[in-house]
Amino acid sequence: MNFLTAFNKEFLEQRRTRKFLIALVVLVLFGMTSPLMAKMTPQIMTMVPGGEAFVGLIPEPTINDAVAQYIKNITQFGILLALVFSMGSMTVEKDKGTAAMILSKPMPRGSFLLAKFASLALTFIIAVVIAGVAAYYYTYFLFGQMNLLNWLTLNGLIVLYILVYIAITLLYSTLTRTQYVAIGLSFGTLIFLGILGSLPGFGINLPDALISNASLLMSGYPVTNWTGLWVSLGIIVVSITTAWLVFRKQEL
Amino acid sequence: MNSVKIEDLRKKYGNVNALDGLNIQVESGSVFGFLGPNGAGKTTTLRILAGLAQADSGSIFFGSENTSKSGTDQKARLGYLPEEPAFYGWMSPREYLDYVGKIFKLATKERQLRVDQLLEQSGLKEAAKRRIAGFSRGMRQRLGIAQALMNHPSFLLLDEPVSALDPAGRKEVLEMIEGLSSECTVIMSSHILADVERVCDTVGIINKGKLITQAKKQDLLDRYAIPALEITTSNGSASLMPEWKLRLEKLPAITGVTVEGYRFHLAVKDVHTAQQEVMQDALHHNVTFEKLEVVKPSLEDIFMQLTGSQK
Repeated sequence: MNFLTAFNKEFLEQRRTRKFLIALVVLVLFGMTSPLMAKMTPQIMTMVPGGEAFVGLIPEPTINDAVAQYIKNITQFGILLALVFSMGSMTVEKDKGTAAMILSKPMPRGSFLLAKFASLALTFIIAVVIAGVAAYYYTYFLFGQMNLLNWLTLNGLIVLYILVYIAITLLYSTLTRTQYVAIGLSFGTLIFLGILGSLPGFGINLPDALISNASLLMSGYPVTNWTGLWVSLGIIVVSITTAWLVFRKQEL
Repeated sequence: MNSVKIEDLRKKYGNVNALDGLNIQVESGSVFGFLGPNGAGKTTTLRILAGLAQADSGSIFFGSENTSKSGTDQKARLGYLPEEPAFYGWMSPREYLDYVGKIFKLATKERQLRVDQLLEQSGLKEAAKRRIAGFSRGMRQRLGIAQALMNHPSFLLLDEPVSALDPAGRKEVLEMIEGLSSECTVIMSSHILADVERVCDTVGIINKGKLITQAKKQDLLDRYAIPALEITTSNGSASLMPEWKLRLEKLPAITGVTVEGYRFHLAVKDVHTAQQEVMQDALHHNVTFEKLEVVKPSLEDIFMQLTGSQK
């Protein structure tokens, strides 16, 4: 299967070009330090000049603080890395001519494109899983036990949230000629969705809802509206399909 | 049958007609030289044949199969080398060729053997484990040729295959291409006419997206052969040259005389008669010369003549 051939090459590229290592190190580092940061915030405050006055006002850190810190760090840095890693994946290949070399052979364009998405997805799945294990261990060690199933769901939703932006950036990378335009458009979309999400009644239907649902789950509240999940899956499918429809007609 | 037939191929980029009803017929097993000035449509044609671009209209036949407007369906039987081959710099040539072999679905043992064979053939065996990023342009070009041959292609499309090579590398690659005619049909574009003249048996000249002429190389050379004689005089004849030039111009079989240093270039109506008249004149007037020879036009002369007239 040529998809597997392309996927193996893409994943090898992730490792050789250190993208895999960078994602792993950054996310695992934040996975480990998030519970630590939550736990040590009051102590850190005492070290800040004048911070002693606030110590009494800061409540005792809880598991929820550790989880909130983890979600904030992993999503922020995960999205940033996802955008940077995906922005040139198509534009650079088209611009340099490496895509033409490969696609003049019996490599379907769909496989070529999907392999890029799948390899980036695998990189972030592995990085988030290891970051999740590290965060779980430190949280357990510092605060106590968490609901394992909810923790797994939370990390699954974080991965899905990152995949949304990988798919969007891959689409822009297919549509545009330079990686800088692709990342610019992706940041624009990120900001646009953020603004849209802040409108009353809108946020629950957007990818950002994945993160708020994850927080609710970990706080022990039931999640009743999963529209954001379906919208996120829809964005991924539509982005990849559009990228494929455009790419199969593109001249190389 | 590994013949290639292009019928009424058209391709527009904005207002520019890159291909304007191109018709070409390449016989099975031939090495077809694709000539034309810059912007004539050579690269566009090769990219369409390789399935990297779509023609607006027209047909392409690989053997008896009509692949409509691009060569997409024939990719398993194609080998393609673009003008500037690009590779993944983080890979080694062995890894790249192995990757290409996998795309062609070659079995592991066959693939490994083929990779070794191509590394040897392209002179990259010593550099097999080095990163391609550090390769010179010539090394990349050789790797480009190797990857195009991975699948033992029935049709090999080469866009300026030797442009980046040094004379020794060029000689090797041209010999390799020459030897491939028994295995596949080669279509090679080049602006180095001497290379085309050396390895191609058939030549097609295009300009402004249209075929100007296509013929067997020898037929083309014969068809456009302008009868000419070239006389190389000795140094001592310098003083006699102006006078002899005037006499030569008056000879019935000679239509024109040009002088370059100690050489006369004579345009003639009939080579045999002209030779006799020149010899008799030289004998009567005691003119000595070192060499009298019949000269044939090169492919370059024909190319300039044909493409120049189209401008």
